[in-house]
Amino acid sequence: MTTPQGPIGAAAAEGGALLARPPANSRKLRRPLGQRIARTLVLVIVLGYLIVPLYGMVEFSTRGDYGSRSLASYAAIFSYPDMITGITNSLEIAVLTVVGMLVLLVPTMVWTVVRVPRMRRVVEFLCLLPLAIPAIVLVVGIAPLYQWMGQHLGAVGASPLTLTLIDIILVLPYSYRAIDSSLRSIDTATLSDAARSLGASWPRTILQVIVPNIRGGILSASVLTIALVLGEYTISSLLSFNTLQVVIFLLGKRDPYVSVAVSFSALLFGFVLLFVISRFAPGAASRAGRAVEEPS
Amino acid sequence: MTTASPSPETTGHGVAVVFEDMHRWYGPVHALQGLSIDIAPGELVALLGPSGCGKTTALRALGGLDVVDQGRILVGGKDITNLPANKRNMGIVFQAYSLFPNMTALDNVAYGLRLRGMDASTRKKKAQDTLDLVGLGDQARKYPHQMSGGQQQRVALARALAIEPSVLLLDEPLSALDAKVRRQLREEIRRIQIMVGITTLFVTHDQEEALAMGDRVGVMSAGRLEQIAAPAELYDRPKTRFVAEFVGLTNRIPGVAGNGAVEVLGARVPLLPGGADRGRVGALVRPENIQLKPAETGSAHVLAVSFLGSLCRAQVALSDQTIVVAQMGAAESVGLYPGAKVDVGVMPAPVFAVAD
Repeated sequence: MTTPQGPIGAAAAEGGALLARPPANSRKLRRPLGQRIARTLVLVIVLGYLIVPLYGMVEFSTRGDYGSRSLASYAAIFSYPDMITGITNSLEIAVLTVVGMLVLLVPTMVWTVVRVPRMRRVVEFLCLLPLAIPAIVLVVGIAPLYQWMGQHLGAVGASPLTLTLIDIILVLPYSYRAIDSSLRSIDTATLSDAARSLGASWPRTILQVIVPNIRGGILSASVLTIALVLGEYTISSLLSFNTLQVVIFLLGKRDPYVSVAVSFSALLFGFVLLFVISRFAPGAASRAGRAVEEPS
Repeated sequence: MTTASPSPETTGHGVAVVFEDMHRWYGPVHALQGLSIDIAPGELVALLGPSGCGKTTALRALGGLDVVDQGRILVGGKDITNLPANKRNMGIVFQAYSLFPNMTALDNVAYGLRLRGMDASTRKKKAQDTLDLVGLGDQARKYPHQMSGGQQQRVALARALAIEPSVLLLDEPLSALDAKVRRQLREEIRRIQIMVGITTLFVTHDQEEALAMGDRVGVMSAGRLEQIAAPAELYDRPKTRFVAEFVGLTNRIPGVAGNGAVEVLGARVPLLPGGADRGRVGALVRPENIQLKPAETGSAHVLAVSFLGSLCRAQVALSDQTIVVAQMGAAESVGLYPGAKVDVGVMPAPVFAVAD
């Protein structure tokens, strides 16, 4: 390919479009005063709505003797065996739910987009359905199955990890949305066709070509799943399993300081996860299907 | 293809491809209606036709990305009709940008080689050689979003060629590009195809592209192959009304046919077989076969003149208000201006006629 000479050609050959610079003396446009005040006010109200309860939790959980501040409640978290069991159970369920959700959802969604696009609406409907079913209805419906598992599958059937099955259903609507938006940002069908024509099997196509390009959606779906599982109370409680939220509730009756300390720690864990996602998630969506200007 | 590594010095030998009575239904839509084509080894066949005529379905069927409900596909004499796409060893360049966004240009080109178990250093060298072949050796480290559309399609071509495919399939690879890049790239694709000697099926709706690139051009309509022939033959001797009207520009001028010729604009020109050959007909005359001569007593007058560089195109109203388009060299357009009186004649090149 001939590369044009000169500064303009050289810049274009570097693959970048020439960017127009604003005039040196151009002023930044300022919004009207009223608009700025309104924006600040909205920001303060929203932040207040979010921060005041968190501040309340920190204030309450760090109360020490005689008006002092203490981290004793946080240190005491691990002195409650039930709490350790609850945290362990919830984390294990969260990991299993993430794995189960990804194994179930990613191949299904890719297959639907590539091979049976007319089924996309059906899959979407099925995945969003749990949103419309109250947790109590789910429990009433599924309780006999858990009873049967407890009686016939021994320790496995009675393990809190069986909550994974129902949690996968609960997280489907949120995970579906996160993965779907990522799949829509790339040309899944063409990428799959390209990989297949080069000799890739379906598993390789999904793992080596599709998954790396929807990493953002997969990470978001995983974080949402972890947050939902760590926060799930109704079903665990009604099925009498010791999970984090159930233990927090029970502990709240005995030692409310530790209970709030655990709740705040769980929230902090969620925030850290979200930060990690926003910081490290790849911008596949912004890269896909675009091209810089043609070198002239 | 037998080349070890595509390089300017090497040429390969393509394989023959045969479509045998292929049918494909999408519900009630009969997308391929008994399509049969023989493609010779090393030949580039362009499939041309309007949207929905089945040309992409045929290409996808050859690539294993779509199935055929009836018929057979033979490549190098081997029946591959039921072979999955990943076992066919076909190189495909798609209309949409299809480079893997998470891989550099080099990794994209090397991906097919990696799947074939080639060791890292060999596949890297081969991928680099193939990128050099398409003129993008210096862009190897760039990601697709850092490259222009034309560059992305070149990398896609390199990726398709790197695996030494038995057949190269081009599914409207130039349609997303602007006109100038499209022209450059089509010449380059043709150059590389001839150099590598690979059998190629090229699908397009752009006549100019098909006629410029194809050894033969197949015109498709409603799932059927209307005609397949060398570009010049297709243009000069269309066998069906669809081909005559679809390929190139034509003027439909009233005339009277009989005894293998048609009387049109005072001239008697031979008729091509396959069309109407008796009574009142519409003769399909190419613009370059219309002759204009400025004359004060002319029965027609010029409506508009378009200057096209080396060529000139004039729109003329005949005495019966039929409007015809004539095309001539720019030097021959002297005296033609809107309102000028002209005599209109027809060169004795054979024409296709349709029932009036």
